[in-house]
Amino acid sequence: MKGVLTVARKEFARFFGDRRMVLTALILPGLMIYVLYTVMGSALTDMMEADEDYTPVAYVIAAPDSLAPALEAVGLNLGVEPVSPDDVRADITAQAVDLLIVFPENFDETVAALGAADSDSSDRPAVPNVEIYYNSASTESSALHGRVTALLEAYKTSLLPELFDVNREGVTYDQVSEKDAVGSLLASLLPLLLLVFLFSGCTALAPEAIAGEKERGTIATILVTPLRRGALALGKLVSLAIIAFLAGLSSLLGTILSLPKMFGGGGDMPDMNIYGIGDYLTLAAVVLSTVLLFVALISILSAFAKSVKEAATMVSPLMIVVMVVGVTAMFGGGAQTDRVYYLIPTYNSVQAMVGIFSLSYDPINILLTVLSNLAYAALGGFLLTRMFHSEKIIFSK
Amino acid sequence: MTSTLRVENLHKSFKLSAKRRKLEHTTDTVKHAVRGLSFTAGAGEIFGLLGPNGAGKTTTLRILATLMGADQGDVFLDDLSVARDAAAVRRRLGFLTSELKLEEFFSPDYLFTFFSDLHGVAPADREQRRTALFGRFGIDQFAGEKVANLSTGMKQKISLVIPLVHDPDVVIFDEPTNGLDVLTAKTVTDFLQELRGQGKTIIISTHIFSLAEKLCDRVGVILDGEMAACGTLPEITGELSLEDAFFQLYARKAGVAV
Repeated sequence: MKGVLTVARKEFARFFGDRRMVLTALILPGLMIYVLYTVMGSALTDMMEADEDYTPVAYVIAAPDSLAPALEAVGLNLGVEPVSPDDVRADITAQAVDLLIVFPENFDETVAALGAADSDSSDRPAVPNVEIYYNSASTESSALHGRVTALLEAYKTSLLPELFDVNREGVTYDQVSEKDAVGSLLASLLPLLLLVFLFSGCTALAPEAIAGEKERGTIATILVTPLRRGALALGKLVSLAIIAFLAGLSSLLGTILSLPKMFGGGGDMPDMNIYGIGDYLTLAAVVLSTVLLFVALISILSAFAKSVKEAATMVSPLMIVVMVVGVTAMFGGGAQTDRVYYLIPTYNSVQAMVGIFSLSYDPINILLTVLSNLAYAALGGFLLTRMFHSEKIIFSK
Repeated sequence: MTSTLRVENLHKSFKLSAKRRKLEHTTDTVKHAVRGLSFTAGAGEIFGLLGPNGAGKTTTLRILATLMGADQGDVFLDDLSVARDAAAVRRRLGFLTSELKLEEFFSPDYLFTFFSDLHGVAPADREQRRTALFGRFGIDQFAGEKVANLSTGMKQKISLVIPLVHDPDVVIFDEPTNGLDVLTAKTVTDFLQELRGQGKTIIISTHIFSLAEKLCDRVGVILDGEMAACGTLPEITGELSLEDAFFQLYARKAGVAV
């Protein structure tokens, strides 16, 4: 046990004594995710929503009296009609004008005649066509186009005989609780992100700690001491897992704190704080066991490698596998219920996380996940110990 | 405590990969690195394994240092078998490889404490030993500095000190002066002589004749994994210089005139 602690202490000293490493592996990932998501959310909001203070430049030709007040209410100035519609269309393309609406002459009269005429009457007038010209590359033009189209659709509907309504006045009757809605949203997003962050944290540490010792030749000096190979493997695995867990935690914090900003922020955002201490502890158990598994896998690959660079190359395909497994959380429709899924490495962690985030986890499945991950990590530790015994592995150059 | 290291009929072979066979221009699938090697190194003695590159010196030293297992034969440190009592042997043995590069992030002080802890050295003994070794090599002025900030010569001195934190009875150095500047090489050879004076059993490997002549009480000449000659320098060289005697042995082994 003393040997395990000595090895672990050295790994901690190596990591926490290096300010640059703490900054790049522990603080920066969380900070960068927060800043990146916040900026992305703000940019998305800006892109989707037009500036409320903006005064649109739009022209309406032959505006009917029936629609004039409504058109003025969406910000259109009906006082000026363009001399040349072609020039206005060119200005819309150049984004100098936002919108042009062309009503046919005698729009109101034609609509009234259509309403009064028999549907199969031969002297029924032609249905008038309203043309709306806009530029989809301009946020303001697109927003105004949307408002005008909605207005005209509503007017058209109001002219039809009223037979029935569906959810009158736009009311919806979704019975989902806010907690379930938030849980479902986070369950589809966070497992992938968390898995990638954890794996990245392990990748940043394990190759240096294992392949680095081989590359420098220090592993031989360590192996000539009375330290048991198993203690060396355990000391490395535990310390690396704890550091990688902290790195993953930093990234997760950055993600959680930036989520409200990512989804637009403000008062409309549902309360994200839906989890209790028990949920967080359950998540911590799953995450820690997952990190141990990742560290064991990466350490084994690193032990095969002749250098840190080669180890990083060998670990890359594993990252792709982890990402693909993580993506399944986005399309799974909730956590799997069949227990056998909780024995498949990495997939079990994803399913356990989906269950925790959606507040629908089965404690037995969580237990299966944690225990199977620990068993796989122990097997990895055993293999790593065997590898430290192998002269072929230790002296491969 | 004084110790005798006894090597008995050591054999070691490696499988050769296709790539390796191509590099070595051979069709053999197995390379016999060590073939029936036997020798003894006693307390207060420097024993030198002399041979060209690829002769089997490093493999032999790795077996002695418990880092490799022998296919056949054994090594005994007094009554302890390297194969069976590896942990006990390691407590009494220090091994320095010429390939050792220190972790540059740490200070000499930290590395000394780390390796002392791995060897289970008591804190009081550790501090006494640190003072003696750091003082001997002038490391004490830089003990708190990161290894990365130290000169190459200083790094080499620290590499020399690290395997000795636990005051081992047996010291094994693979090519001890390889790549060292003349001043550091002199420090190392002087120190090896000091260790001999303290009654340590010292085994070195080298391909430098002058070093073997200067340092070694007895020499084993290894050619192609076999002990071509073993004894004191006069026993091996007779009227010749060590270099001439070596090439005579080499020519006899290869069946060619040199």
